[in-house]
Amino acid sequence: MSREGWINLAVLALLAGVPLAAHAAGEPFLVTLATKVAILGLAGVGLNLALGLGGLVSFGHAAFFGLGGYATGVLASHALNYEPLMTEPFALEGTTQMLIIWPVAIVLSGLAALAIGALSLRTSGIFFIMITLAFAQMIYYFAISWPAYGGEDGLSIYVRSEFPGLDTLSPLPFFGLVFALLLLALGLSHILSRSRFGLALQAARQNEARVRAVGIGPYRVRLVAFVISGMITGLAGALFADLNRFVSPAMLDWHTSGQLIVLVILGGVGRLFGPVAGAGLYILLEHNLGHFTEFWQLPFGLLLLAVVLFAPGGLIGVLAGRKRHG
Amino acid sequence: MAEPALAVSGLRKAFGALVATDGVTLDLRPGEIHALIGPNGAGKSTLIKQMTGELKQDAGEIRLRGAEITFLSPEARSRRGLARSFQVSSLASEFTALQNVVLAVAGARGEAFGFLRPALKDRALVEPARAALARVGLDGRAGIRAADLSHGERRSLEVACALALQPVAFLLDEPMAGMGHEGSLRLTGLLDGLRAEAPILLVEHDMDAVFALADRISVLVYGKVIATGSADEIRRDPEVRAAYLGDEE
Ligand SMILES: Nc1ncnc2c1ncn2[C@@H]1O[C@H](COP(=O)(O)OP(=O)(O)OP(=O)(O)O)[C@@H](O)[C@H]1O
Ligand SMILES: [Mg+2]
Repeated sequence: MSREGWINLAVLALLAGVPLAAHAAGEPFLVTLATKVAILGLAGVGLNLALGLGGLVSFGHAAFFGLGGYATGVLASHALNYEPLMTEPFALEGTTQMLIIWPVAIVLSGLAALAIGALSLRTSGIFFIMITLAFAQMIYYFAISWPAYGGEDGLSIYVRSEFPGLDTLSPLPFFGLVFALLLLALGLSHILSRSRFGLALQAARQNEARVRAVGIGPYRVRLVAFVISGMITGLAGALFADLNRFVSPAMLDWHTSGQLIVLVILGGVGRLFGPVAGAGLYILLEHNLGHFTEFWQLPFGLLLLAVVLFAPGGLIGVLAGRKRHG
Repeated sequence: MAEPALAVSGLRKAFGALVATDGVTLDLRPGEIHALIGPNGAGKSTLIKQMTGELKQDAGEIRLRGAEITFLSPEARSRRGLARSFQVSSLASEFTALQNVVLAVAGARGEAFGFLRPALKDRALVEPARAALARVGLDGRAGIRAADLSHGERRSLEVACALALQPVAFLLDEPMAGMGHEGSLRLTGLLDGLRAEAPILLVEHDMDAVFALADRISVLVYGKVIATGSADEIRRDPEVRAAYLGDEE
């Protein structure tokens, strides 16, 4: 196995080991913190498909994260009130079943990514960044101004959604669920990156003219990548709402988009485990720097700058060296 | 006469007041190497870019095997069998030489949306890619990143990618530029045999290679074709000598 392979394995072992040890030591808060890392890592794995493999700097992934969150919140609130979401043309009931909520979140964020991607991928560079940002902010303001689901105040989720055979309310099984989904997404991301599609996507990032010269249209390749990316981030959003038992427009806010970009950069853009390592580092710093100063963003910003300037491969890059293709 | 593989007529492209190609009509016939020569800035690359669709013509028509492709996207033209190399090497620079050619094989087959099998473990892609690399003499360099190849090797890699498309016609924009003597000899040999597979429109400043290879030569000056003919006819043409070849012979 390559050096990077071993490091990836160590990252996974750490992520799985901490909550197990914390659980044994009676520290449920640490389990919850590890769950947060896994969920943000999952969202980052999604973003990394677009950002890392495709070179698409989406500043709008909060849209998918938030839509996933609202899928959980809205379905749960209807289930609680016994009010169907709609009765015409067919009845649609709320639910607290994760096995229903997840596909809803994935489809919803995938459709949003299709619409946003179809328009914004016609541009590139700074325009792409701004247009993805603009679309996400539109959804953010829509959520704020729509009172039915809490508007600005957000929506509390009174019971965590259910999964057959698991006590999702206790921290460890919920972590296990999230961890399993993260593994699936990592596996998918690995397979995609080595496939014909992944080859075309990465080539389009490096040189669009080259890709066209061999008969591949970069737009369609990128759009498909953007949709898959949005779906994974949307699933993470659904889990995040369940973790906090709360969803609010903050999930849709541009800060969230920025946070996702930051953790991918911290961990290593385009590296399979970059987002997971980045999410871990991010949460660690947030909690530790946050103890010392309210203004933890400042030293954090300096760290980020240092990474961008001196370690473009992020944490994984520092540990494993330059990325190898093939 | 057999139908030309590629035919353009009346192609015109202006950049502001500068008319880079001015009503260019020429064709590429099966089995031939058709060289396109002319001084710097004559419009040779501009003409190639209109053929590939990278630049949109102001007027004119392009046909590939008789079918009009004038308004198709560059990628659609590539898929229909128009292969090109760029004057300035244009590769996926982080990819290895092999990956660049595997990409070409997959693209030519319309397989860019394969999601599951690892491309580099698929013999159906890798074997033809290695064969193309071997033909340009890069078999020993398959695992080197394109960015780390020498200038001449990158030129050869572009040709390998074009070969991998198994095209209807090749458009090669100065494939020998900066290649060194040995490299251009090897490429001359390769192109010589290649014309039997698909005709080649060859833009080249290396006159030894042009006169050695070309079945026909067209001379482009200020965006206009001033002469088309065999190597001998072109060598003797007084207008061509005045405009391009120089009168020293
Ligand atoms: N995108 C562009 N915008 C404006 N002018 C251009 C552009 N591309 C080419 N030109 C101009 O058009 C003319 C033809 O350029 P072109 O690159 O086709 O020449 P060429 O025959 O390929 O020359 P060379 O032998 O140096 O490669 C030149 O005067 C060039 O400056
Ligand atoms: Mg040129």
